[in-house]
Amino acid sequence: MIEEILILVGLAAFFGLVLGYASIRFKVEGDPLSDQIDSLLPQTQCGQCSYAGCRPYAEAIAKGEAPINKCPPGGETTILALADLLDVEPMELDEEAGETPEQPEVAYIIEEDCIGCTLCIQACPVDAIIGAAKQMHTVIASECTGCELCIPPCPVDCIIMVPIKTTVDNWKWKKPIPTEKTYPVIPMTLIEDDQE
Amino acid sequence: MSTNTSYKLWKIHGGVHPPFHKEESTQHPIKRAGIPKQIILPIQQHIGSPAEPLVAVGDKVYKGQLVAKANAHISANIHASTSGTISAIEELVLPHPSGLKGLSIVIDTDGKDDWGQSGKYSTYESYNDVEPELLLKRIQEAGIVGLGGAVFPTSVKIEGAEQNEIDTFIINGAECEPYITCDDMLMREKSAQIVAGIRIVQHMINPKKCLIGIEDNKPEAIQAMQQACENDPNINVINVPTIYPSGDIKQLTKILTGIEIPSGTRSVNAGILGQNVGTIYSIYQAIVDGIPTISRITTVTGKGIQHPQNFETLNGTPFSFLAEQAGGYTKMADHLIMGGPMMGFALPDDKPPITKATNCALFTSTTALRESNSEFANQPTLPCIRCGKCMDACPVNLLPQQLYWHIRAKDLEKAEQHFLNDCIECGCCSYVCPSHIPLVDYYRFAKNEIRDQKIAQEKANLSRERHEFLLFRKEREKREREEKRAAHKAALQKKKANAKKNGDKNNGAKTDSKADAIKAAMARAKAKKEQREQEKKTTDKTKKENTVKEISDASNKEKEVKKDEV
Repeated sequence: MIEEILILVGLAAFFGLVLGYASIRFKVEGDPLSDQIDSLLPQTQCGQCSYAGCRPYAEAIAKGEAPINKCPPGGETTILALADLLDVEPMELDEEAGETPEQPEVAYIIEEDCIGCTLCIQACPVDAIIGAAKQMHTVIASECTGCELCIPPCPVDCIIMVPIKTTVDNWKWKKPIPTEKTYPVIPMTLIEDDQE
Repeated sequence: MSTNTSYKLWKIHGGVHPPFHKEESTQHPIKRAGIPKQIILPIQQHIGSPAEPLVAVGDKVYKGQLVAKANAHISANIHASTSGTISAIEELVLPHPSGLKGLSIVIDTDGKDDWGQSGKYSTYESYNDVEPELLLKRIQEAGIVGLGGAVFPTSVKIEGAEQNEIDTFIINGAECEPYITCDDMLMREKSAQIVAGIRIVQHMINPKKCLIGIEDNKPEAIQAMQQACENDPNINVINVPTIYPSGDIKQLTKILTGIEIPSGTRSVNAGILGQNVGTIYSIYQAIVDGIPTISRITTVTGKGIQHPQNFETLNGTPFSFLAEQAGGYTKMADHLIMGGPMMGFALPDDKPPITKATNCALFTSTTALRESNSEFANQPTLPCIRCGKCMDACPVNLLPQQLYWHIRAKDLEKAEQHFLNDCIECGCCSYVCPSHIPLVDYYRFAKNEIRDQKIAQEKANLSRERHEFLLFRKEREKREREEKRAAHKAALQKKKANAKKNGDKNNGAKTDSKADAIKAAMARAKAKKEQREQEKKTTDKTKKENTVKEISDASNKEKEVKKDEV
């Protein structure tokens, strides 16, 4: 009797130690779920979801505090991907958050009007504007996420959003519209006749 | 010497036999199309970066003059195809499925076809004694691209082949697409030049064997090529069974060698280099004749044209000019397709130019298209009945209907897992589909969508990195400021404490001297102040006295004046 108890206690102690060691040795840094969610978000850092950026929103989704439909730049694609990841029903984009832009846009500074106040530089979440005090600023188009955060701080309204030009290189084939013929449903009377 | 009978051929999966309509355009020999009034040269006619224009509006250019230069490794030079004056460099409609505009150089031709003083390149008639490097440089200079339709820069392709060991060099003369006969006619008329071109490439890459694959519906071309390489044991002309799409280089490789190029790898990795006969002819022209790629053979055919035939067309000739040369349109003409009915694309009108990629201008009617079950016939789509015909027709062993369902359900990941990217867009599945579903359009759409999603993902990763760095930088700046403040505070406190300690303990000489110095300074300042005040007082006094005197003087004077007046 005592032998069995000792064996079991011994086993429990052994596995406890192994598990304890494993939990320290293989500890996962950060929150893996919010990381996964963050990797699906478009990283515009625009804050239209009412969070301070993509990561805070991802953390809120991971905690179950925020719905998955608050990201207008990501649109339907992001919602579907998030629904797939979290195994929830996909939903419509929250209209309060904003609309999905039809064409991707980037900010453009009208350089003649720029007074070099650096306010937009401070507002840019991805350091995509270069310039210095009393020097003309300009947007690095390839780094701009189109978040529009630089527009409100500009005191002279010299920043505009420009749609990215479609060239032969980034042009896309359109999705074919299925123009399927529909057929009239077989009249009920016919079936009734058959039954008779 | 070629021997067809003993050569073993392999079979490809699927494939179709559409009505080929080749005989219409093979009745006449190749004709020079002549010089149109205007030549339009888009700066991007090839895969890779657009070329950089070297000319300005108003410049006079000669035939063969370099007008746009390749500015990247994967890019191609563009030359003026005839002499004239640059009248514009502007955005014009491109011969491209998008119908988009692109930067083009417009030449108003002068009709002289003048090569100018610099003229053609130097010629390498005994090319076997020339270093392959020089030949490669010439191929690059001449702006040669793959004329079979891929328009990939040939110099880059051959360079890649030189770095790998090439076992089989395949010359693609299969030309399986319906209606197109430009390679057929070229082989019939320029067989000797093509064989010389093959020898140039052989000299450069040293392949173990060399196979010319021609479909057996071109007996004249086969005969001509056989005659041209009769005495050469290294070049074999092989006639392959007529089946669409045997002209795709991967399919032709399978037919000729039995080798299947694995998904995601290139032919060169398997020791195979494929070149279209048109490209080989361009190589010959560049090396032996010293002529850059300024013209190509273009088939003008279809029910919509009076006299279907092949033309040697200057690069940049508008489709409308070519139609005129072929006797003009018939009443049936209502579509212009660049390329064939299987893989070509429709153009909005006949104003765009012929580029290096234009192997065929198909002027045709909807009824004719419906006959060959082309996608452009716009037949009403019916629901997919899961008949599986597309699966049997697919030459690359894909499951077209599975792909179709996944794409319709927007499940692009699944489509990718079903090897969507291996689809060669040959159109066999659309051709056999009894429901007329434009399957290839779905695949093209999905491929583009996947490409865009990948680009977006890359951009998102970059943005995340930059945003995180911004947060890190702000945090670091804050920390540094605080550290500085703390350090400053600590230093001040230390000083104070030190001073107090010293004052308490022994009135250290150092502090004393300092305090004395301060006292002395204060005393000096006080003395100075007193002195200044003293001076001020004295000056004030004298000033006052002076003013009093002045005033009295003035009043005296006034009195005197008044007296005078009285």
